[in-house]
Amino acid sequence: MNAAKFALIAIVVGLLVLAFAHWLKIDYFFFAGYTILQFTVLATAWNILGGYCGYVNFGSAAFFALGAYASVFMHKVLPLPVPVLMLIGAVVSGIVGFGMGYLTLRLRGAFFAIATLALAVVLQTLVVNWDFVGGSRGAYIIRPETIDIGSLQVNYIEYLFVLMLGLAVLVLTTARTIERSQLGLGFATIRDDEMAAEASGVPTLRLKLIATTLSGAFMGMAGAPFPYYIGYLQPSSAFGLEYAVNSIAMPMIGGTTSWIGPLVGSLLLGTAQQYTTAYISLGTGVNVLIVGVILIVFVIIAPNGLVGLMQEWLRKRRKS
Amino acid sequence: MDISWDLLINAIAAGLLLGGFYAAVTAGVSISFGMLDIVNIAHPAFIILGSYIAYFFNINYGVDPIIVSLVALPAFYALGAVVYQVYYVSFEKRGQESLRGLAFFFGLLFVTEVALILVFGVDYRYVEASYIGPSIHLGLIELPLRMLVPCVVALAMFAGLQLFVTRTFLGRAIMAVSQDQLALQLMAADPIRIKRIAFGLSIATASIAGALLIIIQPIEPSVGRDYIGRVFAICVLGGLGSMPGALIAAFLLGIVESLTSTFYGPSWAPAVAFGFLLLTLAFRPAGLLGR
Repeated sequence: MNAAKFALIAIVVGLLVLAFAHWLKIDYFFFAGYTILQFTVLATAWNILGGYCGYVNFGSAAFFALGAYASVFMHKVLPLPVPVLMLIGAVVSGIVGFGMGYLTLRLRGAFFAIATLALAVVLQTLVVNWDFVGGSRGAYIIRPETIDIGSLQVNYIEYLFVLMLGLAVLVLTTARTIERSQLGLGFATIRDDEMAAEASGVPTLRLKLIATTLSGAFMGMAGAPFPYYIGYLQPSSAFGLEYAVNSIAMPMIGGTTSWIGPLVGSLLLGTAQQYTTAYISLGTGVNVLIVGVILIVFVIIAPNGLVGLMQEWLRKRRKS
Repeated sequence: MDISWDLLINAIAAGLLLGGFYAAVTAGVSISFGMLDIVNIAHPAFIILGSYIAYFFNINYGVDPIIVSLVALPAFYALGAVVYQVYYVSFEKRGQESLRGLAFFFGLLFVTEVALILVFGVDYRYVEASYIGPSIHLGLIELPLRMLVPCVVALAMFAGLQLFVTRTFLGRAIMAVSQDQLALQLMAADPIRIKRIAFGLSIATASIAGALLIIIQPIEPSVGRDYIGRVFAICVLGGLGSMPGALIAAFLLGIVESLTSTFYGPSWAPAVAFGFLLLTLAFRPAGLLGR
């Protein structure tokens, strides 16, 4: 199946989801669906660097928050439609991802991981001290009830849901295309043995920079509509724990070697978290705790995630 | 800007005291990351755990936090040994420590943090001891005992560790395992056992560092995350595996942070460590006294 065909199928699936959601006509579905899709985007973006190249990024929340705060900034300077804001978020986070990678990727992998962790702390410090975007008090963005697209009047939450759905389709298609391209092969050589790859003439630094930039840009895109979704953005929610943990846990639990892993992981974990928050009303604390425990169990017991378990099971069945 | 000398000298003194404390916080990571190549990003979470243990016994039984931390040392050592055993069997043996090992410690970090939130809540907690409050005055300089006592204890612990690593047989074995594990194996020593002991030690330092932390400032569970950047910045700046380097770097960071918060405001202090880290990584990745 080539990339165009896959994109077409992804779009059709996306449209089916949208049609189903529209037919349900429950606002809560859009609210919950938006969050789950946002995690799909974050998890897949994380996996482009983490799963394909083997470089762990602990600073997902920082890239996400950058996108969100870029929107807050633009909202105060020059209000633009959300799709344009997503592009701006992508550019800002992509540049930071590039700079981050340029400074740290020449060294061993662990340094990159630590630097991303510290990046989150520093960016949060900057945002807390920057009064223009609300500082530690946070910023309000009043979400309109509806939006006019041509002659059509659309519920604003549904509009954001559609944007996130489109982004998810875009990210998944990109991830799958990378996987089957020469770029993906290059990434895999870095993951398996960077020294050998370098020795065989793979331009490792350039490939890693492409990966950090792409991964950061997608996370920024996922963050850009967030202020409009939540209505009130404060540093502690934009840089929240759940983004850092989930964007690592979801691909790890689903499986990091292919695009299906982060998708499966995010749909399962995302839905489970929505369920526990809405129905059993567990707080975010317990949610993060559960995700953390599942993450530890999975990295120990099932290193290749659910997809890996599935493949193993199929292989065994074929043999017998 | 009109710099008052009074303020400057006091800021430097406070920075030195802070730096001594940072040395205690970093000692554990200096062993695990610097010598054993185990990227234990959960170390600050263990420190916070130490703080809460000190808090619990201080508030309920009135025991001095530093004494609590000394009594808790064996428990922390055992915890470290167990964590290393799990890490070794699940990741190091399979050669997967880079990606999954990191995720493992990341998971530990959050599980510890959230568990503490669920047990103790997110309110700031503090301890009570006779040396919290009064200060010693040396001419212009004011030395709060709240900072001086942790600094002295931290330096004592650091010196003890340094002596242990350079003078004793076991300590030298740890240095050996950090240099060449295979060679050690050829000498008929068990590198896994030595690494387990070393990792146990590194977690044990978290008990003392935790008690010192809660003496210096009130804490809540997520305070640990501020220390991740600091700890690794000090470790990298000092040069991996070099304890004296880490000590110098700790003092440097302490002074720079103290100056920053005196002259620009405390909300900027967390950014200093990261600046240090990035500059070091970009210009001198081997650190000050790198091997």
